[in-house]
Amino acid sequence: MKIIVPIKQVPETSNVKMDPETGTMIREGVEPIVNPLDLYAIEAAIRLKEHAGGEIIALTMGPPSARKALTEAIAMGCDDGILLSNKKFAGADTWSTSYVLSQAIKKIGRYDLILCGERATDGDTGQVGPGIAAWLDIPFMTYISKIMEVAENEIRCERMVETGYEILAAELPCLLTVVKEVNFPRLPTLRGKLRSRAVELQTWGPVDIDAQPDFLGLKGSPTRVVKITKPQVARRGKIAAPKDEGELVTAVDGLIEFLKQKEIV
Amino acid sequence: MGTKVMYQNVWILGEQEVGTVRQVSFELLKRGRALADKRESQLVAVVMGDHLAENELQRLIHYGADCVIAVERPELRHFLPEPYTSVLTVLIRKYRPEILIASATTTGRTVAPAVAVVCHTGLTADCTELDIEPETGNLIQTRPAIGGNILATIKTPAHRPQMATVRPHSNKPLEPDESRRGEIIRETVNATNLQSRIKRLGFRENSEAVGNIQDAEIIIAGGKGFKKDENFRMVRQLAELFPDGAIGATRDAVDRGWISYNHQIGLSGKTVSPRFYLAIGISGSVQHLAGIKTAENIAAINNDPEAQIFQVADYGIVADLFEVLPLIKERLATLNLKQEPEVSE
Ligand SMILES: Cc1cc2nc3c(=O)[nH]c(=O)nc-3n(C[C@H](O)[C@H](O)[C@H](O)COP(=O)(O)OP(=O)(O)OC[C@H]3O[C@@H](n4cnc5c(N)ncnc54)[C@H](O)[C@@H]3O)c2cc1C
Ligand SMILES: Nc1ncnc2c1ncn2[C@@H]1O[C@H](COP(=O)(O)O)[C@@H](O)[C@H]1O
Repeated sequence: MKIIVPIKQVPETSNVKMDPETGTMIREGVEPIVNPLDLYAIEAAIRLKEHAGGEIIALTMGPPSARKALTEAIAMGCDDGILLSNKKFAGADTWSTSYVLSQAIKKIGRYDLILCGERATDGDTGQVGPGIAAWLDIPFMTYISKIMEVAENEIRCERMVETGYEILAAELPCLLTVVKEVNFPRLPTLRGKLRSRAVELQTWGPVDIDAQPDFLGLKGSPTRVVKITKPQVARRGKIAAPKDEGELVTAVDGLIEFLKQKEIV
Repeated sequence: MGTKVMYQNVWILGEQEVGTVRQVSFELLKRGRALADKRESQLVAVVMGDHLAENELQRLIHYGADCVIAVERPELRHFLPEPYTSVLTVLIRKYRPEILIASATTTGRTVAPAVAVVCHTGLTADCTELDIEPETGNLIQTRPAIGGNILATIKTPAHRPQMATVRPHSNKPLEPDESRRGEIIRETVNATNLQSRIKRLGFRENSEAVGNIQDAEIIIAGGKGFKKDENFRMVRQLAELFPDGAIGATRDAVDRGWISYNHQIGLSGKTVSPRFYLAIGISGSVQHLAGIKTAENIAAINNDPEAQIFQVADYGIVADLFEVLPLIKERLATLNLKQEPEVSE
């Protein structure tokens, strides 16, 4: 089984600092990491390989430093990694990103499965996975919470939707986007880390993947970010800080009163 | 496709479940109505499904649509990515809408990106605000990004239709007006557009007694402040005191195994927009807050006065949750008792 895992390098967003003046992210000191939700896709690939044998290729489009994401994927258990890096790719929206990734996948050639994360924690769109499948014209299933069975030409999965779980079977090759419920990602092993250093990663640019120049980067992206603002989160509500039993009761009364006022109870 | 000539009208992608239009579709109609009015164009609702009864489709008109395009086929009974993508693409090519908005549901977020690729156009995910430039018809799309740390405004200046998904429950539907009249067009499509390489074998409903949090009007959420598995039960007990109260949790609570992942709210969990969100023993990390930005009313209980959650709370109590919750339960229980005779009348 040959599996391709597109992964994205993202900033560690748990302690993002924003520049209050410009509303942009302060990048200094922000550690780039593998999109946490992509670790589940990597883990799913490794488990399938352990079960059925085969090969896993991690694929990322990003700046040269995104090489590190591939190294980490290999340390976890992927066999190889391909970096798509070129000035012409920069500023791509999800339409253009999924185009570039799909061209790279075409160049890789034969594959059985593409596993994506549910979404990247920076852009937070979840559009690249379905986009890749549309470019490649292969079946795709999103929000996969369980991979049940893989047969010769078919994969059975559970898909998590608002009201429950759909049980689906797709022909191979196909693309899945997986949610966190699907597994528990392993940590890289020492052996993996050593191996990851030995693997020589290829870097591909537009010519290597036979890309149409006007589909690339900011220029090739249908969407434009025209403004960035800082969200006004503060609501400045009423905060009660009771100091004794009596005040506590008053605070609770206040909450109930609030609920009545808002017609919640 | 891609050039702007001859694209007109605002479309919403309606969703149905066994022939019944889902609530999110009525919410979208309100968004769509505002855009269509400003642009002085028509609002069209597109629905795919199996049995789509005339009176059910009429409801879309009562809630704001000028026109409904319905495609009725057994293959469209349940959502499947390929036929839904194909059929929607066929309709877009035929009618050329200027704008297409879908709900940011598991359906909308799956079909919209595939359609955007096939139609060579831009798509903005999970918008919280939509506006339009009346002269150009350019859609002004606003959405949170980078873990809720920024709000980005996005346009699709040169491609049509402009596509966006909208966060479910980020607005209420219009009041239905049963005197509104509109056209219902039943479209047919070729069998090739209904083919699917994915088969739906079955469905398992959410086993949790307290179900779908994304549709919930009231969410009682708990975090690490509950300290132990047994204590987390208090969240459920409280939720049960509200009509249709659902349970939410932080990642820390989920990671500790107190509750299943489909209750996780936040960046790597679900986005919710209830009328009331009660955060108990939750610190209010940026990642958690990213999931509750569009909640209408937020209350918080936390014993740390510095907790970030109080920054976004409309009502907060700085106290030990183990002392506060019994009091709240008691008060709610007496309220419910008082209301009961009215209900049974
Ligand atoms: C990429 C990424 C994605 C993430 N995604 C999510 C996500 O989707 N959802 C999410 O929730 N988190 C997410 N997180 C984790 C997030 O950063 C926080 O760690 C998490 O939200 C904290 O959960 P908590 O509030 O339950 O725990 P804590 O931060 O530990 O807060 C517990 C709170 O309980 C209060 N407390 C303790 N005892 C009591 C008491 N007796 N009475 C009253 N109050 C009490 C404390 O004062 C404290 O404020 C993510 C992190 C990363 C890096
Ligand atoms: N630049 C990229 N390189 C490789 N894979 C990506 C890239 N961007 C997104 N992906 C994949 O697509 C998924 C969804 O990303 P997004 O649509 O950006 O939220 C991610 O979890 C990755 O699997």
